[in-house]
Amino acid sequence: MNKTIKIDGVDVPFEEGQTIMDAALAAAIYIPHLCHKPGLSPHGSCKLCTVDVNGRAVSACTMPACEDQEIENDTPALKEERRTITQMLFIEGNHLCPSCEKSGDCTLQAVAYHLDMLDGHFPQFYPRREVDASHPSLVIDRDRCIMCELCVRASREVDGKDVFAISGRGTDRHLIVNSPTGKLGDSDIEIDDLAAHVCPVGAILIRDQGYEVPIGRRTFDLHSVAETDLGEVKLSKVSRPDE
Amino acid sequence: MNKTHNSSEHLLHLLHAHQHQHHFISDDAISDIALQLNLPRAQVEAVTEFYSFFHRTPRGRYDILFSNCTSCGSLLLMRQLCEQLDVNPGETRIDRMISVDETSCIGMCDHGASALINGRPMTSMTSDRIKKIAKLIEAEDGIDTWPPEWFVIDDHLQRSDLLLSSSFKPGSALKVMEEEGCDASLEKIRFSELRGRGGAGFSTAQKWQFCREAEGDAHYVICNADEGEPGTFKDRVLLSSYADTVFEGMSICARIIGAKRGIVYLRGEYRYLLEQLESRLAKRREERLLGESILDVEGFDFDISIVVGAGAYICGEESALIESLEQKCGNPRIRPPFPVTSGYLGQPTVVNNVETLAAAAGVVIHDSHWFRGAGTWQSRGSKILSVSGDCARPGIYEYLFGITIRQVLDECGADDVQAVQVGGPAGRLIDPTHFDHQIAFEDIATGGSFMIYDQSHDLLKIILGFSRFFAHESCGFCTPCRVGTTLLKNTMEKICHGHGTAHDLDELRRVAALVGRRSHCGLGFTAPNPIIDGLKYFPELFEARLLNREVEPEFDLDASLEEARQLTNRDDAEAHL
Repeated sequence: MNKTIKIDGVDVPFEEGQTIMDAALAAAIYIPHLCHKPGLSPHGSCKLCTVDVNGRAVSACTMPACEDQEIENDTPALKEERRTITQMLFIEGNHLCPSCEKSGDCTLQAVAYHLDMLDGHFPQFYPRREVDASHPSLVIDRDRCIMCELCVRASREVDGKDVFAISGRGTDRHLIVNSPTGKLGDSDIEIDDLAAHVCPVGAILIRDQGYEVPIGRRTFDLHSVAETDLGEVKLSKVSRPDE
Repeated sequence: MNKTHNSSEHLLHLLHAHQHQHHFISDDAISDIALQLNLPRAQVEAVTEFYSFFHRTPRGRYDILFSNCTSCGSLLLMRQLCEQLDVNPGETRIDRMISVDETSCIGMCDHGASALINGRPMTSMTSDRIKKIAKLIEAEDGIDTWPPEWFVIDDHLQRSDLLLSSSFKPGSALKVMEEEGCDASLEKIRFSELRGRGGAGFSTAQKWQFCREAEGDAHYVICNADEGEPGTFKDRVLLSSYADTVFEGMSICARIIGAKRGIVYLRGEYRYLLEQLESRLAKRREERLLGESILDVEGFDFDISIVVGAGAYICGEESALIESLEQKCGNPRIRPPFPVTSGYLGQPTVVNNVETLAAAAGVVIHDSHWFRGAGTWQSRGSKILSVSGDCARPGIYEYLFGITIRQVLDECGADDVQAVQVGGPAGRLIDPTHFDHQIAFEDIATGGSFMIYDQSHDLLKIILGFSRFFAHESCGFCTPCRVGTTLLKNTMEKICHGHGTAHDLDELRRVAALVGRRSHCGLGFTAPNPIIDGLKYFPELFEARLLNREVEPEFDLDASLEEARQLTNRDDAEAHL
């Protein structure tokens, strides 16, 4: 009686209401993703989880699973397209891994490794983006923001606040803070909020914790993103980011 | 529960009113408006920065936006005005008197070079006129005192058929529907096989049926008058001269789906129509064709309000339009769910094109073969084309579906045609070997834009213009479209400037395919079309510009030394590579 979808030829069970991504993760099948986090409402903006369903391109994180779906996920063609999308994310911002505190813990970097990305390929956009260091224990470095809106959703849906939003259009899109001055220091974000810890890249960083875990012993130094991003992640206010 | 019901308190309207008075939206204004509407401050800030017509820095008391459309734009005239007034494009003069910039097509393509002056369309501009404008501005003469003939907008109705030739008495379609019953009217529309006129061609009866059957606290009907596709101006004419037919189409839809409220989303470029549309609505209320107990039928309550956009092509996408109505940035939603089940305020909503609603009213009035008997078997009825560009008689042409490109070209007086862009930049670039194809959903589908280019044009430049358009209008929600449209634009610029290589053509193809397939919405799906068609039908134009070598560096070392040259006050040969 189990309903199933087929991912790369494998039958994968699903329950009514699950997306393709939900069903895949529950079956320990990794579909690359950056803007998705189980427990937060799906967004479908990074497009890394793009899959072909009966020949049609869809986002796995937003498309409801339903029977008769034959899904291509882990194919050379999709890997190339996902690599190109990842390169786009790198070159539109200012991602300098060697000097970034998040290196080794950065999901963008980990996805790039997973997809065998060796360079940015496209000419850099070199945008000018503002740093917000107004908060005593957090800092926003917009150079690294990939517009995934995980912080926007975490703040709204888990923290019960509305600290972040995305403003502007096209390549002018940027992260803004919902406070009278637009500064993070004047917002009601707290260090224990999920929004302070959910950033997959080094755009929202916790201060005074730099290099506590040395390079070489960080999450993605020890594991592939295809292992770490599978399981159900508990979403709640956290006291330590690296537990 | 929400204030969006009162259109004077809509966020877009408050921002417009503020800017109209103060020439920009300050930080304090954002805070005040957020407080007034009880919205998060960040939402107001984000909306202000999303729409092109709102500005965070002061604009001039005369704010002039030249269309950059190939049919109604002239950047030559823009530069002339800038020179005469000593101001740079995109900037505000130091005395805050004048600011000049470009904007996407303003829908005046049948009127030649046009611009928005403090939001008001000025048409048929010439170099001579620019000189006069410069004088009037320096003399600080109010726009109201400028010659009124500069602001004349004609319908240019060149050819009418089914829809545009029949006279329409307000209330006539509603009366027929009340006599026949809603079900009979819906059946009539089903039998007519009317399909959406925006270009996608979804069955109108089916859309209404889905919405009617969907459960919700309220149902809504929305008229998509965000006619942003460059080269399209037929909705402008429908709203100018056939507004009652459109309103009646909305009322019929409302009665069938059970909506009490309808909204016209009017593009900001057409704000000049607002007053006359409001007065038409008021007249209809007087005549009991809107409001409570329409035609004295108890329970037939329906009213229409108008929300005016603020310069965002993406809001023509129906879910982005709904987001905009909900006072948010126009980011397209995840689909499913579709608006028919979860649209405006999460309720079942029909979004129809202006022309579709007008056609629906026509179908209800006439006998069942009036519409179905015309056109082709997959494309019934007529299509209103907005014809512009290199032809003797630009304007509105209503044809039965099945007309060939060649016939249209002949009738509007176009000679020596190099190519036609049908359906705007999001449509198809048609070369002369395809001129015998038909305008029809099953052949060349179009929302109505028909732009003609004769041999005098540099087609590559036109394609570059379209790629700039999409990079400017991409909402930026998804990665492939946000970054991809800019990459396509940059590569087109490289090729047009004579720095491209064969490798760049391969890159164009690869990125175009990715953007067209992996994007979030229709804007991304169609954004690469001009490039894909150009490479397919006019490859020699691209190849003629290429450098005869494998790779050309993206990085121009000499240009990057410019800042250093300026700092050291040098421009001699030694300072160059």
